[in-house]
Amino acid sequence: MAGKDRSLIAVIGDEDSVTGLLLAGVGHIDNKQRSNFLVVDAKTPVEKIEQTFADFTKRKDIAIILITQAVADDIRPMIDDHSEAFPTVLEIPSKDHPYDPAKDSVLKRIQRLFGEA
Amino acid sequence: MSGAGPRLAVFPTRMALTAMKNRLNGAQTGHSLLKRKSEALTRRFREIVKKIDEAKRKMGKVMQVASFSYAEVKYSTGDIGYQVRESAKSAQLKVRAKTENVSGVQLPAFDMYIDGQNAFELTGLGRGGQQVQKCKDTYAKACEVLVELASLQTAFVILDEVIKVTNRRVNAIEHVIIPRIENTIRWITSELDEQDREEFFRLKKVQNKKKVVRDENDRAREAVEGGATADNAPSNILSQYDIDEDVIFR
Repeated sequence: MAGKDRSLIAVIGDEDSVTGLLLAGVGHIDNKQRSNFLVVDAKTPVEKIEQTFADFTKRKDIAIILITQAVADDIRPMIDDHSEAFPTVLEIPSKDHPYDPAKDSVLKRIQRLFGEA
Repeated sequence: MSGAGPRLAVFPTRMALTAMKNRLNGAQTGHSLLKRKSEALTRRFREIVKKIDEAKRKMGKVMQVASFSYAEVKYSTGDIGYQVRESAKSAQLKVRAKTENVSGVQLPAFDMYIDGQNAFELTGLGRGGQQVQKCKDTYAKACEVLVELASLQTAFVILDEVIKVTNRRVNAIEHVIIPRIENTIRWITSELDEQDREEFFRLKKVQNKKKVVRDENDRAREAVEGGATADNAPSNILSQYDIDEDVIFR
């Protein structure tokens, strides 16, 4: 059930966050020249972010997708829809946007459950 | 008649009745077991939710620290962003997924590991190399926390699904299967009772009919015998056997 081949950590975020994580060593370019990270700046169109996110979710070698909350807000509907266990989508804060639990999709789901329970 | 509501289609025999009773027992045991499983899973679920909450806050702090160290690097070494992005070839930080069995459910857990050597050791980030190294370490630490969080989150999602399925099954047994079986049992019992009553009634009717015929015969015989004694002729004892009752065709 758990993909044994899933080993990569993908990153979507602003330049600083992505660079920092790449420095730690999560960056990967496979033999098809696909990378597992995307730098998002003010000029990046939302479709590109959505496309990359969709690609990352479909790939079988990505286990975790790290996404800064600022970018996550741009594609909030897609993230809310993503309810599979793999890959896990984790929202991280960035330099300008401290972590806001109110916007986190996963926490919202928890709220919904305990709102009913 | 009882048995209103859906029931299973069976012949109303005693054998079917015992079979149904066994099924009812099985369904009731299954129901209580599933209910207990659901409760255990829900308890586990709440634990995980609490842990996720803590972990998220911790992550917020750790990422802050990492961002600061990166800002330091930018200040001292300049923007290394481009270099770093271009030299990303093979990921050193990878995760391994292993499954743990928690009350019958396979939950995944992520384990971070370093694969291969540190490619950035040789990147010509000469000046302030120590800063870069420190930044790298802080981010690696941040990754550890993130991986832990990811484990918790996946476990959460999977557990959520399993709990929903188990609860659905519990409800199905409680509200559909057990009532259906109980209805069937009630119907079979009522049918058997009715059969018994029919049988009893039939027997009574037959007895009554036989009684009526016998009474008639007795009266007829007495009339004949009474006439015979008046004539002073010897009564024919065998005359009562003249009328042959049909045994089969009544």
